[in-house]
Amino acid sequence: MTMLRRMAGVWLPAYAALYVAFLYLPVLLLPVFSVNTAATPRFPLQGYTLKWYEDLPHTPALLDAARNSLVVGISAALLATVLGICAARAITRYRFPARQPIQGLIMAPLVLPEIIVAVSMLIVLLQLGLSLSLFTVVIGHVLVCIPYSMTVLTAGFEGFDRSLEEASADLGETAFGTFRRVTLPMVAPAIVSSLLVSFTISLDEFIMAFFLTGTEVTLPVYIWGQLRFAAKLPSVLALGTLLLAGSIILLSAAELFRRRAERRTQAASIPLA
Amino acid sequence: MTAVAERIAEIGTLRSRHKSWMRSESAQGLALISPTLIFAMVMLVVPILVVIAHSFWTQNYLTIDRTFTLEQYRIALTEPIYRDLLLRSLWISLVVSAATVILAYPIAYFISFHGGRHKSLWLFLITIPFWTSYLLRVMSWKVVLGFNGVLNSALLGMGIISEPSPAFLYNTTAVVITLAHAWAAFAILPIFVSLEKVDRTLIEAATDLGDNPLRSFLRVTLPLSIPGVVSAILIVMIPTVGDFITPKMVGGKDGVMIATAIQAQFGKGANWPLGAALSVATMIVVSAMAGATVLLLRGMARLAR
Repeated sequence: MTMLRRMAGVWLPAYAALYVAFLYLPVLLLPVFSVNTAATPRFPLQGYTLKWYEDLPHTPALLDAARNSLVVGISAALLATVLGICAARAITRYRFPARQPIQGLIMAPLVLPEIIVAVSMLIVLLQLGLSLSLFTVVIGHVLVCIPYSMTVLTAGFEGFDRSLEEASADLGETAFGTFRRVTLPMVAPAIVSSLLVSFTISLDEFIMAFFLTGTEVTLPVYIWGQLRFAAKLPSVLALGTLLLAGSIILLSAAELFRRRAERRTQAASIPLA
Repeated sequence: MTAVAERIAEIGTLRSRHKSWMRSESAQGLALISPTLIFAMVMLVVPILVVIAHSFWTQNYLTIDRTFTLEQYRIALTEPIYRDLLLRSLWISLVVSAATVILAYPIAYFISFHGGRHKSLWLFLITIPFWTSYLLRVMSWKVVLGFNGVLNSALLGMGIISEPSPAFLYNTTAVVITLAHAWAAFAILPIFVSLEKVDRTLIEAATDLGDNPLRSFLRVTLPLSIPGVVSAILIVMIPTVGDFITPKMVGGKDGVMIATAIQAQFGKGANWPLGAALSVATMIVVSAMAGATVLLLRGMARLAR
């Protein structure tokens, strides 16, 4: 019994710390080796340099890939969020037949092997006569992003008090007016959070982009191509570090917005409860 | 005359019923979700049906012969190369899901029972690495495990080994470690959610009735958190079986998985029907394995109570 107490008191936090180290250490190696002078990533570190970063802006293929990723990410984030809003709003606001199965279907890409989803889409898109391009990548990314955007938005819409909308309608607002002046301000943080999360997923997504792209590549596909050359590893590490930093900043922002959404819906529902 | 009037009245009610259905919750809800639903249908359901159809056809050089045949499945399930890849993929996904869930459970437990005010901070901390690029995370494991890698140079530096060992990278173990790392958050979150739902008074009751902490954990907390464990296993096992990046980057010759074979059929090999049959067979077999695991776990949970 005392042993078990001790376990909960000492060993569990220690294990948690170890686990977090296991999660973070490999990822943190990227920035460490990206500023190392040696061409192969190994300890001991040799010396500090920024030359791998300085090379990056002078690589036209990389700049193209970055531009492509930006275009794909913004398009995918917008589309996934719009479709996510429809779904999340329908699920939190209405009861309708087959609600659970429909929700399950929309969430399915999350639990299916990505390669199978990707090759299935590839077959259909090719048979429709579409040539592979950034457009097909966007379609693939929207499919992958919707489950996440819907989850974020459903959480944001759920705490939402319907009586606020009813009050607005009773006071003479039109349906659209109510949406614009009551609903939208309440759910705006959740929408921003969904946009950021979707953009980040698209930015980092590889499998869909790998299968569905033509000659234009996104950043992860560019990195994949570079990995064949051992000599390119340090610049890939530098690029990876930048991507990593970008993702973490975007996601922290998304988290802040998500919390604000939570607070806002909770605060609004208290006085009326 | 009355019949006509009745008929008219009937049409009237039908019409208003139709109108009221159009205005009803059901119709509004369905209308609102339809764009997303149609997108998922066209981009997910239709493609999967097309793949299933292809799996019953044959490739004839550049054209596809659409007579029904099970030949592709025979090849997928009996040709040693595909059969071995499939079995290895299943084995790896089984080991990965077991390892991931066992490693994740204490963390989920810790956050739920001892997280205190910092629960959401902990959860955020756990999910951040998962949000970063999968490709980059696999790449960092390559850096860790490689011949000139971090692990080798650290062990050399500490004098534990005298020369770098090639044993860490390019094998099944490397694949398992990398995947267990990659899917950690997916296992922690569902278990955490189910632990949060465990009624704390039940645990108190068990303690009051004389169960020691271990016993009350085994008989109350663990069985009640089984739904979370089940979804964690499903959510890890099914996607990992078709993983493409990890086996390619850290798997080497011994770590090749079925995704590589599938990709080959849609790329240079250009045998769509075989690729389709491999995909469908993989999905069916992994679903069966996942189902069996779930049943086994539920049975064990019932016994524990």
